[in-house]
Amino acid sequence: MKTLLKMFFTFARIGGFTFGGGYAMLPMLQKEVVEKYKWATSDELLDYYAIGQCTPGVIAVNTATFIGYKLKGIPGAIFATLGVVTPSMIIIGIIAAFISGFRDLEVVQWAFSGIRAAVVALILSAVIKIGKKSIIDIFTVIIFLSVAVLSFVIDISPVVFVVAAAVCGLVINLTGLRKVKEDKDK
Amino acid sequence: MIFLELFFRFFFVGLFAIGGGLATLPFLQSMGETTGWFTPSDISDMVAISESTPGPIGVNMATYVGYQIGDNFGVVGGFFGGIIATLGLITPSIIVIIIVSNMLKKFKDSKYVEYAFYGLRAASVGLVASACLGVAKIAFWNSEIMDETGNFLMAVDYKSLILSAVVFFCVTKFKKLHPIVLILFSAVVGIVLKM
Repeated sequence: MKTLLKMFFTFARIGGFTFGGGYAMLPMLQKEVVEKYKWATSDELLDYYAIGQCTPGVIAVNTATFIGYKLKGIPGAIFATLGVVTPSMIIIGIIAAFISGFRDLEVVQWAFSGIRAAVVALILSAVIKIGKKSIIDIFTVIIFLSVAVLSFVIDISPVVFVVAAAVCGLVINLTGLRKVKEDKDK
Repeated sequence: MIFLELFFRFFFVGLFAIGGGLATLPFLQSMGETTGWFTPSDISDMVAISESTPGPIGVNMATYVGYQIGDNFGVVGGFFGGIIATLGLITPSIIVIIIVSNMLKKFKDSKYVEYAFYGLRAASVGLVASACLGVAKIAFWNSEIMDETGNFLMAVDYKSLILSAVVFFCVTKFKKLHPIVLILFSAVVGIVLKM
């Protein structure tokens, strides 16, 4: 029980101090999980992190679940994951409560108008950052462009694109389309 | 019961949004359209707040949306909504990770997983790019003016466009700069220019 609580609070600390998404978590995870508590090795941490990027969901959550599960099974997974998300829930809850009272003020609307412009830039820069790693050859360019355009123009659930892209990925690789290109380069 | 619906809708998002916080964005847009719980411009506000507060972006977004829905039942309802939405979002992760944990080696080395993700990652970027276009449309395009005047050039919000370009430049040039600085800066600009 003591370990479970320790896990909850450690991950709460990590979740509470990580700005900007899961990627920023890694150094703190290294310090707390690997060095301080020795709940996992550096290599294991990197593995969890890598897999956490492939499985659905938020990377911070996935990593916490992995470590929690490895240490204390299902209760560990639950305590660690709840730890990571609790600070956010509290902070955002407070902000959301605060904002709803001020929404209708003209000043606030002007501020948010400016913020919207900034948000476009922030999302675009995030797109470029993840794009660099994922759009690596002609096939991924095609997938990227078709999904971007089609999802903007047609009103269907993103799930369709997710599933279709997974299938495409399998087909492109299994039919040797991608491999052929690599051989040509050689 | 709306809280149940909230849980399941976010469960759905948690299950299919692959590749990090902003990957939830396209799914949230879809949710907004289907449920009418929030408008596209609300979503951009959510992104701003989520990027300015600690914690995983996806969780922040879920909490915020959940709060807004639950708010109809008062502040307690709001907090409850935030918790329900977040639980919905993280539950698929917990289940999947526990399953994957048991087959770690096979999952890591699986060619099929690698191939599927090759396609998935590219699509994920495409979806977020499309979401970006959606927010851009709201920020830069004034459809009322377009409807009234039919003049394309007049419908563009140049102030927003320039502000956005400035922010983009800063984000790219000053990599260590925290997004919250830029968000606060734009808020001030918005007020000063009465955007």
